[in-house]
Amino acid sequence: MKMSGKKSNLMVQNAVTYGLVIVFWAFIQILNLTGNMTSLLNGLLVPICTYVILAISLNLTVGILGELSLGHAGFMCVGAFSGAFFTNAMAGIIPSVGVRFALALVVGAIVAAVFGILIGIPVLRLKGDYLAIVTLAFGEIIKNLINVFYVGIDSRGIHFSMKDTTSLNLEEGGEVIIKGAQGITGTPKASTFLIGILLILLTLFIVLNLINSRTGRAIMAIRDNRIAAESVGINITKYKLLAFAVSASMAGVAGVLYAHNLSSLAATTKNFGYNMSITILVFVVLGGIGNIRGSMIAAVVLTALPELLRGLNNYRMLIYAIVLIVMMLFNSAPKSLEMRARVKEYFKNRRNNTVRKEAA
Amino acid sequence: MSMLEVKNLSIAFGGLKAVDDFHMTIEKGQLYGLIGPNGAGKTTVFNLLTGVYKPDTGSIILDEENITGKKTIEINRAGIARTFQNIRLFKDMSVLDNVKVGLHNHHPYSTVAGIFRFPSYYRVEKEMNERAMELLKVFDLDQEAGFKASNLPYGKQRKLEIARALATDPKLLLLDEPAAGMNPNETAELMNTIRFVRDNFHMTILLIEHDMKLVSGICEKLTVLNFGQVLTEGKTADVLNDPQVITAYLGE
Repeated sequence: MKMSGKKSNLMVQNAVTYGLVIVFWAFIQILNLTGNMTSLLNGLLVPICTYVILAISLNLTVGILGELSLGHAGFMCVGAFSGAFFTNAMAGIIPSVGVRFALALVVGAIVAAVFGILIGIPVLRLKGDYLAIVTLAFGEIIKNLINVFYVGIDSRGIHFSMKDTTSLNLEEGGEVIIKGAQGITGTPKASTFLIGILLILLTLFIVLNLINSRTGRAIMAIRDNRIAAESVGINITKYKLLAFAVSASMAGVAGVLYAHNLSSLAATTKNFGYNMSITILVFVVLGGIGNIRGSMIAAVVLTALPELLRGLNNYRMLIYAIVLIVMMLFNSAPKSLEMRARVKEYFKNRRNNTVRKEAA
Repeated sequence: MSMLEVKNLSIAFGGLKAVDDFHMTIEKGQLYGLIGPNGAGKTTVFNLLTGVYKPDTGSIILDEENITGKKTIEINRAGIARTFQNIRLFKDMSVLDNVKVGLHNHHPYSTVAGIFRFPSYYRVEKEMNERAMELLKVFDLDQEAGFKASNLPYGKQRKLEIARALATDPKLLLLDEPAAGMNPNETAELMNTIRFVRDNFHMTILLIEHDMKLVSGICEKLTVLNFGQVLTEGKTADVLNDPQVITAYLGE
């Protein structure tokens, strides 16, 4: 009895999380239909989806694996550039934008996962602050490398250079795709809100199912007590790398979504710098470390809020800061946790009472 | 045929010989005690047996398999499971999940099967749940299966650690001070549990303990460690009456 109770509780929790995403989608549809959609909000929809995916993916590293990573924007950057590169490079071979975009998502995920593993092998031996510092450096290195990268394509294949466009030695009719600091231009705007929502659902599906499986238990066991996990035969390196790679690949997908929302993509401090990594971490910390649903809500609120408050001019950042503090208190303050537990208990008792009354 | 045979085992940390020329033979199904004053090197012996430290010299043979110098996870797969002096549970996970982590290697399915919920996921998870509940029932923890491990009372946390170790289906179970911090009633109950585990799981058990009531109550043979060296070994009653042992514990 107890077992089935626990299981159904988990299913309800997951259903609420999926449901929330669908409700959000429906809400936006209603805004569209009733003509209340502003162009400001419309422009925010795909970025919100990007950030929600990033928040879920970082929560896998920080909340479930228990390692602090400050380089998540780096994986997003890798995904964005590899995805956009693929879409542009394949323009002649695959005419359909939709198919190219779908394949680009896969390419972005795979390339980011490969980077996740390459970075993870040396870095996951470190703990705590050291890991944070190295991942932070990784994010910056990726961004700066891409700024000096020139990649072109012609009939002979792909050409790389780290100097300038002319040293690519492209044939006549060859095309430069990544132009150093200018980045990639002319990517088709294939990202839509619906695709974003579907990708969020897919990410959620993968993460929530992963957590509630044998693999997820092994990952959380490592987080809770590495020595004990080893003593019951859990392969620490394997599961740490696996979680890190899955997390990186999801950040890569978010990057591809982001890249296909912009006609010109450049690696600047604003979009892939450490500020972005910190912003994603703020979503995770404010939403609750290990709390997937919470980090999604935090991502939506904290992305939409500054833009929606634009009308208030100078008070904008003040209100943003207040919201940050209130969220922090709500999620972490002992008093607030106590109160939430009491409210929960109250509803539970009331439900039990009504059941008892009905029985009597 | 002996279950565990340790010969000439030594390890030094810098200039300190923590364990020196240690030897021990445990027969199948025996309840064996490792005792000694504080700092004698008992936990270091456990850490050597489970691969946390690599020995400088010596050999460890488990059930005719040489496990000297192997990694912790390999040694666990070979058949040694342990509990810890300071309890090490997966504290944010449920009681049931703690045991299920112990079952990890015996009930496998792939990560992909887990994410996409292939039939193997449902089949193996069902097996795992049943097996884990069986184990929890043995330790009278089945009512608390859904609790967070850190919310269990101290005595039950100790039991959960033993249940988790047993879930890995070991040949030899190492218990590091299982009665530490328990009151006399809990200790008496623990003695019954340890005996029960030995009889019902056909387990060979090696335990470190300071509680002499527990040691004399359940251990069949003892090895006494002092300053990293074997002081004496033999039948429990003989060892405990050995004047050498009494001197080591109480001083001249």
